Amino acid sequence: MSKIKIEDLTLIFGKEKEEALSLLKEGKSKAEILEQTGCTIAVKEANFEIEKGEFFVIMGLSGSGKSSLLRCLNRLIEPTSGKVVLDQLNITSLKDKELQGVRHKEMAMVFQKFGLLPHRSVVENVAFGLELQQVPEEEREEKAKTVIELVGLKGYENQPTDALSGGMQQRVGLARALANEPEILLMDEAFSALDPLIRAQMQEELIDLQKTMHKTIVFITHDLDEAIRLGDRIAIMKDGEIIQIGTPEEILTNPTTDYVSSFVEKVDRKSIITAASLMFEKPTVAIAGKDGVEGSLRKMRVSGLTTLPAVSVDKEFLGFVYLRDLLEIKSKSHHVIAKAIRSDIPVAYPETTVEQMLPFIAENGRAVPVVDRETNKLLGIVAQTSLLIETTGTSWENVTGNAIDHLQNEII
Amino acid sequence: MTHIHIGNYIEDFINWLTRHFAPLFDIIKLAVESVVNSVESILMFPPFFVVILLIAFLAWKRTGLGVTILTLAGLTLIWAMGYWEQTMSTLALILSSAFMALLMGVPLGIWAAKKPLAKKVIRPVLDFMQTMPAFVYLIPAVLFFGLGKVPGAFATIIFAMPPAVRLTTLGISQVPEDIVEATRSFGASPRQLLFKVELPLALPTILAGVNQTIMMALSMVVISAMIAAGGLGETVLKGITQLKIGLGFEGGISVVILAIILDRITQSFGTNRKKALHS
Repeated sequence: MSKIKIEDLTLIFGKEKEEALSLLKEGKSKAEILEQTGCTIAVKEANFEIEKGEFFVIMGLSGSGKSSLLRCLNRLIEPTSGKVVLDQLNITSLKDKELQGVRHKEMAMVFQKFGLLPHRSVVENVAFGLELQQVPEEEREEKAKTVIELVGLKGYENQPTDALSGGMQQRVGLARALANEPEILLMDEAFSALDPLIRAQMQEELIDLQKTMHKTIVFITHDLDEAIRLGDRIAIMKDGEIIQIGTPEEILTNPTTDYVSSFVEKVDRKSIITAASLMFEKPTVAIAGKDGVEGSLRKMRVSGLTTLPAVSVDKEFLGFVYLRDLLEIKSKSHHVIAKAIRSDIPVAYPETTVEQMLPFIAENGRAVPVVDRETNKLLGIVAQTSLLIETTGTSWENVTGNAIDHLQNEII
Repeated sequence: MTHIHIGNYIEDFINWLTRHFAPLFDIIKLAVESVVNSVESILMFPPFFVVILLIAFLAWKRTGLGVTILTLAGLTLIWAMGYWEQTMSTLALILSSAFMALLMGVPLGIWAAKKPLAKKVIRPVLDFMQTMPAFVYLIPAVLFFGLGKVPGAFATIIFAMPPAVRLTTLGISQVPEDIVEATRSFGASPRQLLFKVELPLALPTILAGVNQTIMMALSMVVISAMIAAGGLGETVLKGITQLKIGLGFEGGISVVILAIILDRITQSFGTNRKKALHS
């Protein structure tokens, strides 16, 4: 069951909205409509759903209609046509009082320019939403103080807000939104006005907060790196239209339009691409307890490898076996490979990112085994080459002479 | 050549008003008179030095030492020249007219800030009110209310109201859009938006309007001595009609002293608040 459902939402700015809307339905382009009616199509027939607890990012350049779309969700801007449904409630048909109720309890917003009240202290700003709901002063201050601590502003309660830095002010903005205990957080370029270091820090803290809060967050940004870092799913907007929705990895690995791919090219992929999408499945393995020293050596000979991952009969990852070790224990007349297994090998999990795996290259000098977090079963291995390709941004096509099927030879 | 006599129509209109709304004007007269008189009796009740000390204390609280000394010296001089009663009478008329001008002007200003249509109507009316030579207001004022303080207050209210309206409108429309939007996003009703956000943020500008209203009220109160509103204006008027230079200047200097004190004290309310906001 989705938390927010946007149905056929269209937003038109201008005087002759009706005419523009009917032209739009006839399939006229934005430019034609602008010429005929003088109206701008800010959002064109948006259709999507946001799940409960999801971190949903809407990404687009300025003028793409992303902020207008966000404002349609709590009707700071009235949509021209279409519906916004929250749980079962049709937001678009609410009366003023009911809408105020939704803004009190369900949705709170964080703004790019903070929108704090300069004549009030931090705690008064944070308690502002509760004050509007006529919560008694003591109760709201107590709540406000809890939230202030949560966003790391303890000790600043009685400071005037305009004495604070941008990052601090946005913490106040976030605290003010959280104090209302909303189900949904609407964040309009919340970190865009902050300098890069502070922004990265705030992103991290928001991710940490979200781990415990499980709010439904709709986050607007013009920065794809930020979108990818924060979002469970990303909607990419261009000229008022949503042109692709997907997880960060889907967007990066499978951009549906040239517009999206032109963005994706510039993105730092290291932190997004995971072991799961890079690993080479069903590698040749030495099975301890089944393949003896002889068997393992034969597998090496057949595959032309000098190192094999060793697994148990249950496919549990044990370590790597090296040719020279096997030869050594063979000379001592051992028949089982157990003694030759080097088990001090760092492993990756399916969700481990390229960035996190890079240090393993140095440590292993070998491929990175990918195991299931729970069962420790070997799922596959990630080749050094794959890691390097992802890091340097060279595409697979540019790697000459190596069909992916043969990669294991090179990597192990 | 025949002339168009707009004046005739206005005269007819004013006469029609006086004829048909006489009871209403009587009620207004009674109300305004009681306000002016009570303010005056409050100011006249304590001995002069108590009033001087109180005003000086206010000056000291709100401004610096300079204004305080000026207040003490200036008011003592007025008393020594023998114009204490006239000054208090003028002050009472200023304060009560300014109060009533604000009572109407601030809500009108809010209305104009909220409704573009209201602004379109109010603006030319304000321009008219401000540019019309102040003396002209005295004529209908006398027709409506006879001679005395009430028509003086009436003319003063009309003359002094425009800055209150204008600066209230300005102050409210200057409240940053992002703050208004944030307030609405948290489910504020229009009333909460006005009282919790817009008015507090517009206050420094509105107080600048209060200052201007009081200063304009002062200038009009002096003029309205021509319709027997009394006070310092009467002293100045006597100086003019009887060609007594000394009398005229004594009255004039008293007005100047009163003007400086009123200006500095009311100005301080606007600027102190601004400073507090930015410190």
